[in-house]
Amino acid sequence: MSHITEIRVGLATCGIAAGAEPVYSALQKELAAIDVPVKLKRVGCIGMCYNEPLVDVVTDKGDKSTYGHVRVEDVSRIVNEHIIGGRPVQELLVPKDGFFDRQVRIVLENCGIIDPESIDEYIAQSGYEALKTVLTVMSPQEVIEKVTASGLRGRGGAGFPTGVKWGFAACEPSPDKYFICNADEGDPGAFMDRSVLEGDPHRVLEGMAIGAYAIGARHGYFYVRAEYPLAIRRIEKAIAQATSAGLIGEHVLGSDFSFEVQIKAGAGAFVCGEETALIASIEGKRGMPRKRPPYPAVSGLWGKPTNINNVETLANVPWIIRHKTEEFTRYGTEKSKGTKVFALAGKLKHSGLVEVPMGIPIKDIVFEIGGGIRDEGEFKAVQMGGPSGGCIPASMSDVPIDYESITKTGAIIGSGGLIVLDDKTCMVDLARFFMDFIQKESCGKCTFCRVGTKRMLETLTRICDGNGAPEDLDRLVDLADKVKVNSLCGLGQTAPNPVLTTVKYFREEYEAHIIDKSCPARVCKALIRYKIDPDRCKDCKVCTRGCPVEAISQGEGTFQTIDQGACIKCGTCYEACPFGAIDVLSGVEES
Amino acid sequence: MPDMTSQDVEHEIRDGDSFRAFAPTSASVIPLLQQIQEKYGYLSESNLKRVSEYTHTPLSTIYGVATFYSQFRLTHPGKHLIRVCQGTACHVLGAVEIMDHFKEQLGIDEDGTTADGLFTLESVRCLGCCSLAPAMMIDDETYGRLTRDKVDDILASHRSEEAK
Repeated sequence: MSHITEIRVGLATCGIAAGAEPVYSALQKELAAIDVPVKLKRVGCIGMCYNEPLVDVVTDKGDKSTYGHVRVEDVSRIVNEHIIGGRPVQELLVPKDGFFDRQVRIVLENCGIIDPESIDEYIAQSGYEALKTVLTVMSPQEVIEKVTASGLRGRGGAGFPTGVKWGFAACEPSPDKYFICNADEGDPGAFMDRSVLEGDPHRVLEGMAIGAYAIGARHGYFYVRAEYPLAIRRIEKAIAQATSAGLIGEHVLGSDFSFEVQIKAGAGAFVCGEETALIASIEGKRGMPRKRPPYPAVSGLWGKPTNINNVETLANVPWIIRHKTEEFTRYGTEKSKGTKVFALAGKLKHSGLVEVPMGIPIKDIVFEIGGGIRDEGEFKAVQMGGPSGGCIPASMSDVPIDYESITKTGAIIGSGGLIVLDDKTCMVDLARFFMDFIQKESCGKCTFCRVGTKRMLETLTRICDGNGAPEDLDRLVDLADKVKVNSLCGLGQTAPNPVLTTVKYFREEYEAHIIDKSCPARVCKALIRYKIDPDRCKDCKVCTRGCPVEAISQGEGTFQTIDQGACIKCGTCYEACPFGAIDVLSGVEES
Repeated sequence: MPDMTSQDVEHEIRDGDSFRAFAPTSASVIPLLQQIQEKYGYLSESNLKRVSEYTHTPLSTIYGVATFYSQFRLTHPGKHLIRVCQGTACHVLGAVEIMDHFKEQLGIDEDGTTADGLFTLESVRCLGCCSLAPAMMIDDETYGRLTRDKVDDILASHRSEEAK
């Protein structure tokens, strides 16, 4: 007979936003009132964000019952029936849906399981064992060889082999070297690094210490987005705990290796994801990239050899050290080994944080893990790699997710944002959205990135507004190619990707906007109109009362009608109509 | 929020420990600006000058840094800062409509502050709450799965809280 030992509440940023704090407090109160030895704890992202707030009830045998969408009023039932009575509250349990079936958890091994603010819990899950191994029985060169043999590639987007990168910095003779963790997760639509830092910060710190030992660095920096205050607090705590445990600081575990770590909060600049811009930012300057070479491995922070790795890359490292190389390389494809964490969001049923073996086809993520498209929409495309990536159409969803295959499509794996799009997403509008982002985030150093993206944005806006000209498409592609070639850093070189991939795969949608003045997805406001169908209208006037500009009035009969001249196309009436009597029309179509 | 005057700043630098925790070099510029903004909500001209003097960095460079990063603000914000997420997931799930609704309800544009000084409206690139899209933050609190009705309720509860 098993008994309940632990209750876990997902309290990462997403859980908190969904209302998990009051649930935690209610559990605390209920449990205090009863005499049952159950440990209540705060954990990071459990992954199933679509069911937040989440509560896991765990037994001594490790069996887990997961409650989803938990409300404060559900808590006493869970405590009374399940914790005291031993019978799970069936109707509150998350239904089994295959979300975890295809996942392999290496990076997220501890996420949602351990208390991220407890170093003891991390240590109990073999935490810091890899660091001990490295310091006692491995030379820096052996560490580099092992990481190289694992085939681990940079998870921040570029996919450069991590071990090889470490080798460059290790070769430099300087006694002052720096090791930086890039946690400036700037891609809109990406939250993997936030979740890892909030859910298992010690793991990243351990990975960093191992890397620092390998390259011979004494100083480390976490460069974290200022928009992630919880992640920053958890890293601060992890550093303090690891320091007092002698796992970082002077003579780590009695060895000759010393390593101190500081946090630098970013100040909001997408371009600081680029290594040289990030370094400039730590030095207190505007985050503007510079020409390479010299590469940071030779001359980085304060002119010293510097190595920069992304959060997820570093989170892989302790696992790789603790396991045989074959255990890592059995996952993935020939050139892309291991797993990749994706932040799954957009128009799908199950959005959340997932970790899958490299090589899994796009469609398996969308349908088997993501549960397919929500609200009866039709799967249209996935957007990968954020503003540097692109849109891959549904027709190509057999493509396996590995660095080479995704790059061939014109998109990139990127840092792991995976946004699913349906037939109600306008690809021209999406391209305009990314161009707007890039145009604002361009640091301004290179003319083509600064001015070229501005001209591209103007062209896209014109097309969305119904003022596009037939020659605009060729102009866009021509300028996109020039921006790619004439920009210094990755931001400009990849900025045209969202435009190029949407033109390549959804050209007819651009043409509909330009030639037919129609938005097939019914998104672009200038090209749509709302119309009430007199036959379906029950004359209830819900729309009329809700209209913010009083554009709806009594028609000639028992129906309401919209004054097209006054309508601002906010869509309030469309959402409010209880009878679905309002149509969204575009182009020449008539109801 | 206390109103910022140049006396406050001088007072802080002479007597407070806050500046002294940072090395008087250009590397401290961003953390100092972050600390000032955390305390006062924005960066006043006199404070930029203080940072320039303390870090021995030209004022033009300080201004360059303050205007480069989107976190920094050179004008006094309202009592509550509303940041509506305009990330990709939020965008495809109606963030533009949510932003428009805020503008309409508050009668201000993006980066504007209501006449009563209660709310400042900003957009933010991505809060990393993509699975709860559309999302926003008011001060330090994050709200997800927004609808127009939910926005109305949240604004109403903030206003009634203020009226107390």
